[in-house]
Amino acid sequence: MAYLIIFLPLIGFLISGIFGKKLGDFFSQIITSSLVLISTIISCLYLYLFINGSEVLNLVIFKWISIGNINLNWSIYIDSLTAVMLVVVNLISFLVHVYSIEYMRHDPNKPRFMSYLSLFTFAMLMLITSDNFLQLFFGWEGVGLASYLLIGFWFKKPSANTAAIKAFIVNRIGDFGLAIGIFLIYKYTGSLVFSDVFELIPSLVEKKINFLGTNGSVVTYICVFLFIGAMGKSAQLFLHTWLPDAMEGPTPVSALIHAATMVTAGVFLVARCSPIYEFSEFSQNIIIFIGASTAFFAATIALVQNDIKKIIAYSTCSQLGYMFFAAGVGAYHIAIFHLFTHAFFKALLFLCAGSVIHSLHGEQDIRKMGSIYKNIPFTYCFMFIGTLAITGFPFFSGFYSKDAILEAVYFSNNNMAGYATVLGVITAFLTSIYSWRLIYKTFHGQYRNQVHELNKVKESSKVILIPLFILTIGALFSGFLFKDIFIGIDHQEFWKSSIFFKEVFNLKHPPLWFLLLTPVSGILLIFGSYFLYVKNEKILEGLKQINKPFYDFLLNKWYFDELYNFLFTKPIKIIGNFLWFKGDIKIIDGYGPNGFAKIIKIISDRAVLFQSGYLYHYAFVILIGLTILLTYLIL
Amino acid sequence: MNEIPILTLTIFLPLIGVLFLTLIKGQPNFVYKTSGYVAMLTSGITFFASILILLNFNYSNPDFQFTEQHDWIFNFVNYKVGVDGISLTFVLLTTFIIPICILATINSIKNRLREFLIALLLMETMMIGVFCSLDLFIFYLFFEAGLIPMFLIIGIWGGKRRVYSAFKFFLYTLLGSVFMLISIICIYYDAGTLDVEKLLNIQINLDYQKYLWLGFFASFAVKTPMWPVHTWLPDAHVEAPTSGSVILAAILLKMAGYGFIRFSLGLFPDASVYFAPMIFILSIIAIIYTSLVALVQKDMKKLIAYSSVAHMGFVTIGIFVFNKEGIEGSIFQMVSHGIISSALFLCVGVIYDRMHTREISEYGGIVNIMPKYSIMFMIFILGSLGLPGTSGFIGEILILIGSFKFNYWIAFFAAIGVILSACYSLWLYRRVVFGVIKNTKINNLKDINKNEYLILIPLLVMTLVLGFYPSLVLDLISSSVDKLTNNMMDYTKTSDLFK
Repeated sequence: MAYLIIFLPLIGFLISGIFGKKLGDFFSQIITSSLVLISTIISCLYLYLFINGSEVLNLVIFKWISIGNINLNWSIYIDSLTAVMLVVVNLISFLVHVYSIEYMRHDPNKPRFMSYLSLFTFAMLMLITSDNFLQLFFGWEGVGLASYLLIGFWFKKPSANTAAIKAFIVNRIGDFGLAIGIFLIYKYTGSLVFSDVFELIPSLVEKKINFLGTNGSVVTYICVFLFIGAMGKSAQLFLHTWLPDAMEGPTPVSALIHAATMVTAGVFLVARCSPIYEFSEFSQNIIIFIGASTAFFAATIALVQNDIKKIIAYSTCSQLGYMFFAAGVGAYHIAIFHLFTHAFFKALLFLCAGSVIHSLHGEQDIRKMGSIYKNIPFTYCFMFIGTLAITGFPFFSGFYSKDAILEAVYFSNNNMAGYATVLGVITAFLTSIYSWRLIYKTFHGQYRNQVHELNKVKESSKVILIPLFILTIGALFSGFLFKDIFIGIDHQEFWKSSIFFKEVFNLKHPPLWFLLLTPVSGILLIFGSYFLYVKNEKILEGLKQINKPFYDFLLNKWYFDELYNFLFTKPIKIIGNFLWFKGDIKIIDGYGPNGFAKIIKIISDRAVLFQSGYLYHYAFVILIGLTILLTYLIL
Repeated sequence: MNEIPILTLTIFLPLIGVLFLTLIKGQPNFVYKTSGYVAMLTSGITFFASILILLNFNYSNPDFQFTEQHDWIFNFVNYKVGVDGISLTFVLLTTFIIPICILATINSIKNRLREFLIALLLMETMMIGVFCSLDLFIFYLFFEAGLIPMFLIIGIWGGKRRVYSAFKFFLYTLLGSVFMLISIICIYYDAGTLDVEKLLNIQINLDYQKYLWLGFFASFAVKTPMWPVHTWLPDAHVEAPTSGSVILAAILLKMAGYGFIRFSLGLFPDASVYFAPMIFILSIIAIIYTSLVALVQKDMKKLIAYSSVAHMGFVTIGIFVFNKEGIEGSIFQMVSHGIISSALFLCVGVIYDRMHTREISEYGGIVNIMPKYSIMFMIFILGSLGLPGTSGFIGEILILIGSFKFNYWIAFFAAIGVILSACYSLWLYRRVVFGVIKNTKINNLKDINKNEYLILIPLLVMTLVLGFYPSLVLDLISSSVDKLTNNMMDYTKTSDLFK
């Protein structure tokens, strides 16, 4: 059965990829979707088994690499952590498969699209079911490839191509860190298999090394470099620039890869490596710092963006920040819980945005929307629920997970926890503001589109609405239903060995004011935002005018792209050209072979002068030569 | 099997094909067709023979097998051949690539096909010979004689600047080889034998070793090619016809890597340890420098050529960290690079045959017209940038792991090359394949035909199979590399550097 989960999507990819043209659009859509559906059902079954206390499952598929101490297999490893991820990945993937049938209706390359989706699912499954670091790396880069292919799916758009390459390369920079982490692990533990490595880590805590000119504990270096990998994949501050650009891809892709699953791989990695992270307080500080900063930073940008997908993309970035700082204070299970609920409501938001875009014939700018809630009531309703979930409205899924995160940092003894608590609460306010801004600008107020008439805006078909409906159910109930299992008092019963806690993790009850802080402000902001964004837009216009530089700073995303262009992209080309023309052509060739040839030519030109053909010249040379020779012999 | 001199047969089978080729007479059309068949058949049989060797090969024996020895010139030179796991890997690579080259040649070369095929088969003999020789003199013979057919291929069937490139290639490699010849002569005077098996057991004193090592190094460094003696390679690749580029990248460069492992490490272990830091520095420069240069290339073949230099930089690093991961990684990387870079050159050849230009800016939007080609090209590009699941990944990761174990700085800098390789590869692919069609000529292109399929599919299969099941190669080389690293361990222990 476990084999089926992994290989059905692969089969779907191969069938649709190779025979797609012959099968036709309809069949490749049906085949890929139904194969992922079977995977989903089996995954749910596994989650059910693990909730009821199933044992860890470790299957070997076949030998991969075996040299010296490296003995690695292609493997399937399922424990509680993997089981949760399996459900998230397969379920969202299945819904997105179905959704795409309608969303991509007018695209000529449907089989190719479906096969890429299945390829992504396969790679993601390989990542989460790995029992060693190298297969994880395989899945890690595999999802990067699928993401690259899907962002660049509309290959005629130059911006899509650029975004695709950017995503791959920024991820590669993260992977560079991950690779260094893996090398460190191999050097100091002699193994790459999770169970062996985790066993040896406690004995390495005291070991200090000098690495890249700094001194520190081996475990800290391992953690930091693994985290750089996680930052790349999960679009954390400094390596986040690819995620907003990735919105160039079709919307179902954004929902699946850039919201619900792939970008959460970083959080998964940290949770999987909890037996390492628990032994390095320094790296936990870094994670909290980066996570909290990202949460805040991305939320500020989301406040002023006008592209409906980019707002949600920055929101994803921000929510991933939450997950990271939760993991940073050792609340891995809460991070995964938030990952779980977030997958539902964020995929829901994205797919709803897709539905809006679909209804508006491809319009993504929220300044050109408004007042359409009557035309697309179902989408409106679903998106409203999604927004309630993300803002942490009481008893919606986001409420349980986000509040648990804030409580966890509130009680943490970690010295960065205060920073995270403050930024986490502020970000929760910001989240409410930008989320409601999105809703109001999109669905309420004046209709501001000049191109398409309002009465031509039609609700999407059932094929789109049914996946939305299922996700809505998830956004409503996933928090309530699973909170006791995932983060309740008996959470150890469920997670068992898959997540390692150095000390028993118990959530205490925070003071009432802290408990009420975010939900109450969330509710208030629903009305506050309505007031600002629908009723009295002039106030905001005034604010914009007064704080123009600050507004531009946010609108231009803190100028990160410009900075990186200036620091890396441009210099690299200049250096490349410099090395080519000055290094290769001028110096090496100039003084090497060409110079050599020139010298020979000069010498031979001089030599030619001697061969004048006049006998007396030759006689003269012979005479001189003879004189020299004789002089030499005599002396 | 021991009675049949199968190794000698494999080496000289292509020569028999050459003989037949010279005998073909008749109408030009007839000659054209028959010579194609003869060459295909010859290389096919040679491949089959090498597979026979593999089937009878004892994986657990680290020493040379199938050895044959005959006196040749007055006891001074012995004809002695034999294979261990390392050499057999390269023999198989050669016999696998050559039939593909011949097919590609038949597809694209229109004038003097027979002569071209003769050159190719001659090359095959020389190259198999290089990998099998167990006598330094005949090694040198094969090593040098391989130059001549390559020189002719570039010089006769090449592009506009073919003469300049051919001479550049010839002079560079010849200059290197002269030093190797001097070293070989010195070894003969010193040890009284050129028999590699005997030499492997002889200790030469360190100071002397250093000079001999440098002699060999001069030749191998040019052939690898290492920075800064790499500039012949881009020129040679650009001017060479497609199958010439394939052989150059897939096999000729590998002779140097093989030479490093077999001779530099085998005969001069002390000197290898002594000079290792220099190799690391040159290799790291090669990786980063040529990757940056590749990024700004405007000619497709030049770009791939520069990427070859970077990939070979990984190989030299892996060899000189002296541990099992590094050396096996290097051998694997050479095999993988042999397959992937061949495929990339063939991919360029496919569109060059249609458009007659290699200028990247002339292309764009090919995927609209040639979707199947685009998929193939994509997979090889991914292999070239070392995506897990392709053979390129295994080689790179093993080398990096091996070098990290040895010294993290090396791995750190080399890994930057991995990022850069993603940049130039994807950037190339994007400009050639994606986007909107700007050049109207592209509209008239046809997708790859059956012959081209036949050429690319075996390479595609090997790229993926080796990515998912690298043991195919790793098991073959394991015991020989074990022996080599165990031997090296005694030397590295005495050096401060390796503590």
